[in-house]
Amino acid sequence: MSPPVLSIGEEEGKSNVTLLVSSTTMESVCLKSIELKERNYMGLSDCSSVESSVPSFSEESKSNLNLKATELRLGLPGSQSPERVSDHCLRSSAQFDEKPLFPLRPLTDDHHSSAKTVVLGNKRGFSDAMNSFSEAKFQVNSEANPILSPRPASNLGLKPGSTPEKVGAQQTKMKEVTTNVGFDRPHAAHENRPNLDGSANNNSSAPATKAQVVGWPPIRSFRKNSLATNSKNTEEVDGKMGVGALFIKVSMDGAPYLRKVDLKNYSTYPELSSALEKMFSCFTISQCGSHGILGREMNETKLKDLIHGSEYVLTYEDKDGDWMLVGDVPWEMFIETCKRLRIMKSSDAIGLAPRAVEKSRSRN
Amino acid sequence: MAYTFSFPEEVLEHVFSFIESEKDRSAISLVCKSWYEIERWCRRRVFVGNCYAVSPVMVIKRFPELRSIALKGKPHFADFNLVPEGWGGYVCPWIAAMACALPCLEEIRLKRMVITDESLELVAKSFKNFKVLVLTSCEGFTTDGLAAIAANCRNLKELDLQESEVEDLSGHWLSHFPDSYTSLVSLNISCLGNEVSLSALERLLGRCPNLQTLRLNRAVPLDRLPNLLSRCPQLVELGTGVYSTELRPEVFSNLEAAFSGCKQLKSLSGFWDVLPSYLPAVYPICSRLTSLNLSYATIQTYDLIKLISQCRNLLRLWVLDYIEDAGLYALAASCKDLRELRVFPSDPFGLDPNVALTEQGLVSVSEGCPKLQSVLYFCRQMSNAALYTIARNRPNLTRFRLCIIEPRTPDYITREPLDSGFGAIVEHCKDLQRLSLSGLLTDRVFEYIGTYGKKLEMLSVAFAGESDLGLHHVLSGCDNLRKLEIRDCPFGDKALLANAAKLETMRSLWMSSCSVSYGACKLLGQKMPRLNVEVIDERGPPDSRPISCPVEKLYIYRSIAGPRLDMPGFVWTMEDDSSLRLESSR
Repeated sequence: MSPPVLSIGEEEGKSNVTLLVSSTTMESVCLKSIELKERNYMGLSDCSSVESSVPSFSEESKSNLNLKATELRLGLPGSQSPERVSDHCLRSSAQFDEKPLFPLRPLTDDHHSSAKTVVLGNKRGFSDAMNSFSEAKFQVNSEANPILSPRPASNLGLKPGSTPEKVGAQQTKMKEVTTNVGFDRPHAAHENRPNLDGSANNNSSAPATKAQVVGWPPIRSFRKNSLATNSKNTEEVDGKMGVGALFIKVSMDGAPYLRKVDLKNYSTYPELSSALEKMFSCFTISQCGSHGILGREMNETKLKDLIHGSEYVLTYEDKDGDWMLVGDVPWEMFIETCKRLRIMKSSDAIGLAPRAVEKSRSRN
Repeated sequence: MAYTFSFPEEVLEHVFSFIESEKDRSAISLVCKSWYEIERWCRRRVFVGNCYAVSPVMVIKRFPELRSIALKGKPHFADFNLVPEGWGGYVCPWIAAMACALPCLEEIRLKRMVITDESLELVAKSFKNFKVLVLTSCEGFTTDGLAAIAANCRNLKELDLQESEVEDLSGHWLSHFPDSYTSLVSLNISCLGNEVSLSALERLLGRCPNLQTLRLNRAVPLDRLPNLLSRCPQLVELGTGVYSTELRPEVFSNLEAAFSGCKQLKSLSGFWDVLPSYLPAVYPICSRLTSLNLSYATIQTYDLIKLISQCRNLLRLWVLDYIEDAGLYALAASCKDLRELRVFPSDPFGLDPNVALTEQGLVSVSEGCPKLQSVLYFCRQMSNAALYTIARNRPNLTRFRLCIIEPRTPDYITREPLDSGFGAIVEHCKDLQRLSLSGLLTDRVFEYIGTYGKKLEMLSVAFAGESDLGLHHVLSGCDNLRKLEIRDCPFGDKALLANAAKLETMRSLWMSSCSVSYGACKLLGQKMPRLNVEVIDERGPPDSRPISCPVEKLYIYRSIAGPRLDMPGFVWTMEDDSSLRLESSR
């Protein structure tokens, strides 16, 4: 089995040349790119799948997208490193095109019936999407959003603490927009280019953790969760958010697949809510105050409004095994007691709400 | 005139029974037809490295007298959340088939598979002499399934749930072991979340005189440990629960006495939430210890050094990077027999180092521990010089997994890629079987690997390389490569297609966030009927995108069972020509 020498030879020549090119420039480029790449949502190396242009996006997919216009989308533009022009194709979709599980059309149980057009949002992408939006070079396709988003505009736009707009896959321009899309999250610290040295962390008062690439460093969930619990138990002197991750399962009624989210990636309910929204479309969460700390009265009424007004609610199972409506308790308490999440049909949750409120009332 | 000697079958069978290694058994079966037949009737143990490489029916048909089966499901990168939920690895069809056909089955060992309570119940009811159940990194079951096993498997010896995800409904499952049950040898419940019924556990331990391994879960309080240990002083391996409680002198002395009472104790693990004041309770037995897993213990260097420097006979140490360079230096000075070291990060997601652990720690150990074979090391900086030193010190390394936490980190001294450092590792460590790369790496490192890594069986690559040449070096050079897993590297179609035949000699290839196009996947699938080429893509059907579009994830494995039928909606198998032809002829 001898490889076709010719083509490999060409490669060889090319890469030799590359290697011969001053290693220092390569390193400096790489160094720069390291930070840049870190911000790139999955550390997608510039040479791998940066998309250079999107024009080859087929008409079909465009119409697919239109069909799914009501779906929430989250696409992450690959960032284009200036020194490499990719001859690879479209990775656009590689950007995190986080298609939601379900279109807003009525669900059918047979998820295959839609000829696999409904896809799971990328689980990994999720934390990445959250993190990578703190990156500088992200494109935000704001025109597309009003069309794409089925939700009221409150979800769009640059709400503090909200996740960034979905970037539709049909973006045709790779405009680099240095956008601080409303970040007051800790990760936001890294987004600005000047912070190349990694001293970026201290922009906000929030503790510094770097944008997390999925599955990196390669540590098993069991260990990560243990680390998380460790850090909760020990005192963190410098107010760090704590190490490790807190992966919990999220299920949605009627959905064939479970997802896992890392609660450590969020610090407020709206963040979690938007993130889950992007993973699974059309549900709602009890609206919280902007800091995630709720006034109880406001909560109750809003809860009722929301439940009556929308299809799904977000609930969680706490340490006691009870199912509660998400949003009742302060965020810190929530992540300590939440064992799993479930996106429930609001009709099932109606009995839930009063109890949840009751419980928190009796707790406090 | 040719004399043909032939022994009666029974004799050959008897001879074969002394041969246990899988490889040797396979070799025997290839000698001639009659040996194939004899061998298959007396094969008792089979290991299936990829549950989709072969079907349960095929295995059972060939080895009708199996007693022990080991299966692995999901790709290794599933451990790091790179494989979406629902991908596969279901053991149910295996259990169902074996329940009917192999009533004498005694052992089931699974890794990264999905097993349900129903399957566990089927196991409990179908195999009268069932002895060993090991579920490593598995999921899909609850403690109800465990209760069924406990209640029905009268001859159970081993129940090991290592790092599995178990839905812990209640701790009462343990009480399902009947009072007449006494055969437990090994119990590992360290992954369970809830407290098990401690009184039931105490009674269980008390009536199982052959118990050798006990790994408790975090929920077992420290002050109950002495009592538990007193029931099984013959213990060889112990995993504690939480290792802290109110500081009380009688608890300490009970603990110390309990440890000392276990004269055979060689291996310790657990140590969640360690209160350092309780560590000295272990000192009296340190000199006997051969294996120490402190990877959940958040104790600092000083306490670690005090502990480890007493463990002169240590063969294996797993520890957090709190050990720091100083601690590793002490380790190198004290533990001259060390074979395996794993250093895990205490703060993997923090930007700045929180501990004084650098490449120096590993260098010290490579200098001081002449028998060191297996290394897993997380750190934040590395240099080529350090890697050269390690390579020259320890040519006997067989497993070297280095994770520099920040992707693409160069040599911190010279700012160069770490190609030559890793090159030195593969060059000097001629028996290297497993290698994981990290840091800034160009195609050159792969050239070294392809040239020197002749015994390499498993290679893990992340954020490395520059072109297809890198992948080509590995695929064309590593003669013994079985498993290759790659993420976030600029490898595309060329190397893959040029080395397509190589893939049939390997167990599997995983590539995610690389540049392999859908077209190449299709081509591979078409031309290589004995490979299953699976595209994992959560963006939707690959057909909806241009054929040159890179796929998100790719998993290729050899199989004689054909494409699998249990794929979720985000996995597509690339059909081979024969099935395509069939379809078009309909």
